[in-house]
Amino acid sequence: LRLIYTTAVAQRKNVAAAGPEKYTEAFIKKQIEEFNLGKRHLANMMGEDPETFTQEDIDKAIAYLFPSGLFDERARPMMKHPTEIFPEKRKIQWGEDGRPFHFLFYTGKPSYYSLMHETYGMLLNVQENQDQMSVQDFPPEKEKSKNLPGSRWLTKMELEEMLLENLSDHDYSRFIQLLQKMVALPYGADEEKYMKKFSKEIVSQLQKVVIEPLQYDERGVAFSTAEGQRKTARATVVVYDNGSGKITVNGVDALRYFPVLQDREQLMFPFQFLDRIEKHDMVCTVSGGGRSSQAGAIRLASAKALKSFVTEKEVELMRQAGLLTVDPRLRERKKPGQEGARRKFTWKKR
Amino acid sequence: EDRLLSEPLGHPDFFNVKELFSLKDLFDARVHLGHKKGCRHRFMEPYIFGCRLGQDIIDLEQTAQHLQLALNFTAHVAYRKGIILFVSRNRQFCHLVESTARACGEYAHTRYWQGGLLTNAHVQLGPGVRLPDLLVFLSSLNNVFEPHVAIRDAAKMNIPTVGVVDTNCNPCLITYPVPGNDDSPAAVELYCKLFRMAIVRAKDKRRQREVFGELQ
Repeated sequence: LRLIYTTAVAQRKNVAAAGPEKYTEAFIKKQIEEFNLGKRHLANMMGEDPETFTQEDIDKAIAYLFPSGLFDERARPMMKHPTEIFPEKRKIQWGEDGRPFHFLFYTGKPSYYSLMHETYGMLLNVQENQDQMSVQDFPPEKEKSKNLPGSRWLTKMELEEMLLENLSDHDYSRFIQLLQKMVALPYGADEEKYMKKFSKEIVSQLQKVVIEPLQYDERGVAFSTAEGQRKTARATVVVYDNGSGKITVNGVDALRYFPVLQDREQLMFPFQFLDRIEKHDMVCTVSGGGRSSQAGAIRLASAKALKSFVTEKEVELMRQAGLLTVDPRLRERKKPGQEGARRKFTWKKR
Repeated sequence: EDRLLSEPLGHPDFFNVKELFSLKDLFDARVHLGHKKGCRHRFMEPYIFGCRLGQDIIDLEQTAQHLQLALNFTAHVAYRKGIILFVSRNRQFCHLVESTARACGEYAHTRYWQGGLLTNAHVQLGPGVRLPDLLVFLSSLNNVFEPHVAIRDAAKMNIPTVGVVDTNCNPCLITYPVPGNDDSPAAVELYCKLFRMAIVRAKDKRRQREVFGELQ
């Protein structure tokens, strides 16, 4: 016979395994009241108006009253709204009589499963509508403007943040499959609104690129200025229109300044890419770095300058060719105990 | 108080559950159709009326009796404000069962059952959880045609169970088995409707009695 009714002492509670302590709604409400009262007191102390005391003012006041030299920001004294301090997850999910609030509480992942339930309900509605339409022999709906190619579904991390729950890859893929099923069918305005919550727009890279307008000098020739860098070299370039392909670097001809063919090829590359080899003149000033990095810096600067002369499509082509990207590689420092950045000393067995 | 809780226990059918369904309703909802005789479970033989062209037919008179007992018990649990958890692992009816549970104000679990949900509840669901007081199975098998883990766990935790058992199910550990079809949409819709009506009736009666008690 196994004893069913045992005392609390006999049932060993695994305190650590229970997880962090949970908060009730009443507790959070009390904390909010205390926070608001404290905010007013603080405003009075600082001589400010309690009505227009913002969070920034609170932070400044606390930093003034309690100066702390601690390194970690999170260890310093802070006064924030309780909803930011007490994480959402930790609230107790049932009322006084013990009945949980959410009808899917006993599944372990209530928000995720209720999301699936709702989405599936929407899908069923859409399918019903489709059946009704086909029964009533309506003409097939015009191809609705589906989600533009510039949008994507939420990633797993974003969905986890939204639901405040841990998901597995399987769960996430199931949810995305449901959404894709719904997109394939003729959906209405409600479903579109619902699905918009789970899609994000991809901002195409081109919109971030700023193309400056051309400038005109005294003779009426169009020119454009740009800067470029590579390793430690910094270059400033002015590209003139209606030219003959002359390149001047630091007051000296390119042939003299860059005796090596490789460097001159680098200078030519943007013009060759755009088929404008003997159409532009270039005057550059460059400092720092070595011969190769100076050539790379001038290349980047001239590509940037040429953006103003050229159509948007060609700018996109240049961006994809890598002409407009700054090369982030820098010299890696030498470490102690090694001969160079990566090279170790010769290993001797004995 | 005590009168509120002990009075309904005196009557054999306090909530008049018999009038919710009739034999004809069960027959129209195709509750009597079982699986083929090859799938028959040994312990279901007392509930089977016969076998026609290889398909088992469930005895509806026994079903009616069992169903009346089960609905009566569910209504009593709902009257005493117990937590009822609907369980079904049949993907076809997952949405229906969840909507029924929501409509009653009770709870549902039609997804993958995590191992220690009932037996390790204080660790998985949080310390101080209240476990369900009744489990209602609308399909007592899981997706691999084995008995649902919750039946065994509820028996371990002394939680009474009500379950619809088909001809290939094991009715052993279920407190109130209801032999009947668990695969037809018509049958499952009927069960959902009956459980929902029983629970709603019981809750309404409880509310009425509390109001009367306060007035007096």
